[in-house]
Amino acid sequence: MNFRHKFAFLLPGLVVLIGILIFPIGFMIRLSLSSWDTFYPGLDFIGIDNYIRLFTDDSRFWESFFRLSFLSITTVSLQYIIGFSLALMVWRDIIFKRFFRVLFLIPMMTTPVIMTVIWRTFFHESLGPVNDVLSIFGVAPPWLTNEHLAKVTIIIVEVWQWTPFMFLLLLAGLLSLPKEPFLAASVDGAGPIRKFIYVTFPLMAPISIGAIIIRLIEASKIMDTVYVLTSGGPGTSTETSSYYIFVKGLREFQFGYSAALSFTYLIIMIISLTIISKFLVKLLIKK
Amino acid sequence: MRTFYIFIKYFFITIWSMFVIAPFLWALSTSFKDFNSVTGGAKYIPWLQFEPSLEGWSVLIRSQGKGGVNIIEPYFNSVFVTCSASLLSIIFGTLAAYALSRFTFKAGFIRNNDITFFFISQRIMPPIVLSIPFFLMLGFLGLLDSLLGLILVYMVLLMPIAVWIMVDFFNRVPKEIDETALIDGCNPFEAFFKVVLPNSIPGLIVAGLFCIIFGWIDFFFAFILTFTKVQLLPVAIVALNSSVTPWWSLSASALVSVAPLIIVAFIVERYLSKGNLSGALK
Repeated sequence: MNFRHKFAFLLPGLVVLIGILIFPIGFMIRLSLSSWDTFYPGLDFIGIDNYIRLFTDDSRFWESFFRLSFLSITTVSLQYIIGFSLALMVWRDIIFKRFFRVLFLIPMMTTPVIMTVIWRTFFHESLGPVNDVLSIFGVAPPWLTNEHLAKVTIIIVEVWQWTPFMFLLLLAGLLSLPKEPFLAASVDGAGPIRKFIYVTFPLMAPISIGAIIIRLIEASKIMDTVYVLTSGGPGTSTETSSYYIFVKGLREFQFGYSAALSFTYLIIMIISLTIISKFLVKLLIKK
Repeated sequence: MRTFYIFIKYFFITIWSMFVIAPFLWALSTSFKDFNSVTGGAKYIPWLQFEPSLEGWSVLIRSQGKGGVNIIEPYFNSVFVTCSASLLSIIFGTLAAYALSRFTFKAGFIRNNDITFFFISQRIMPPIVLSIPFFLMLGFLGLLDSLLGLILVYMVLLMPIAVWIMVDFFNRVPKEIDETALIDGCNPFEAFFKVVLPNSIPGLIVAGLFCIIFGWIDFFFAFILTFTKVQLLPVAIVALNSSVTPWWSLSASALVSVAPLIIVAFIVERYLSKGNLSGALK
């Protein structure tokens, strides 16, 4: 194996990826130091003014960030609990095993925005089936126009869409577990609950961590759903960070400021995801 | 206790299955409605509760001049962009993954794991962060609103997935295979293409499926980087949503657009049950 060969394998991919990415990232950092907007389009240099504005005078960004954290932690926890339960249920023998496995996978194959359009009609205040059923009990909650219910709706749609991904990763993990620990536990006379606590769960810990982190990364980008379902409304009550940056950048065309927002958001994301993964490793692998 | 557990299990599975199916059934029912049956409140069963009409489906094949919805061209665009971007990502991703799995790289403090992490970490990048620079960059290159521009951008989204799955896969293909080939007088390229690659078909298929899924369901970049000439399917359907919302054609086109990937669900399940996926996804 000489030097030439190994780079011939690695470089095409690396060069393409860096080639596509280096300009956008460099340009974003430069853009964040300028005041480019619709009135003064152009790359002037205003130092860190955008960042000062962001840290001292923009509560809307921080609110959207905390809302995003709330939404992603809630949805990912629900997805993990439901996905793990589903995976355990179709892991061993069950009637129509393959049918249920396919059925549980289907939502993740559908385009989120397109399904969200359907969900919008589903939760429609007067014409949708949800309120049609609820009207039997004499209530017709405004799913999309109340600030708390709108969050609930987003959580429901996200859980529907992405639980299958969690389910897939966890089921693949379960299917690859070695058989011996389970046999040993049976010999020792452990019941199903003890088996789960002392055998299945510890063995699944590394896979669980991986799955949760992958989902957290994807959940931190929630944007399509919000855009179609509520457009950030009512008011700003369902705005996530991505959506807020989108509004500033591509609706109000404050390119410079939104680049500063993007860069800050990226750094926060990297730091918080690192902390969360360290924390999860400590929590789930106790030894 | 045992009966109770089984009862709970099937109860939970039934509830979840209903939740999974509900929006599809609703869309299917809505796609056969017309103006009167949509605005008259929620109705579910055709003939019994409302008179079915084929309006929603017929606008899909009618020409735009006659009030039709153009989703055929976006459909082909979507298929083309997704497949080409997936294919390119798989090619580059597989080569890089092979290198990272078999050879040792050292440059300063950078090791193999760091390079692998660099590839995979591109998934952390929120699309919005890249959107404005991409918008300006493609504008500068004259690739805005074109298929080629979209393919380039989608490669950034998909290559991390390809590398992630293939590195794990190659790590489990025994090294002896390529060593034997090298001893037999192949050079590393021949060893890779003639010996390792044919043994990696399951991994390649899984990586390809995931690239196709994540390429097909993307909306954001297509939404920002294209306007009129080139339109991708999700964008075309969401555009229907903004007008006076004809729910029937909306539902029909939504069903048409999610249909092909449901076949993918069947293939993924097959690989899952055979156990090929377990290694590829860990």
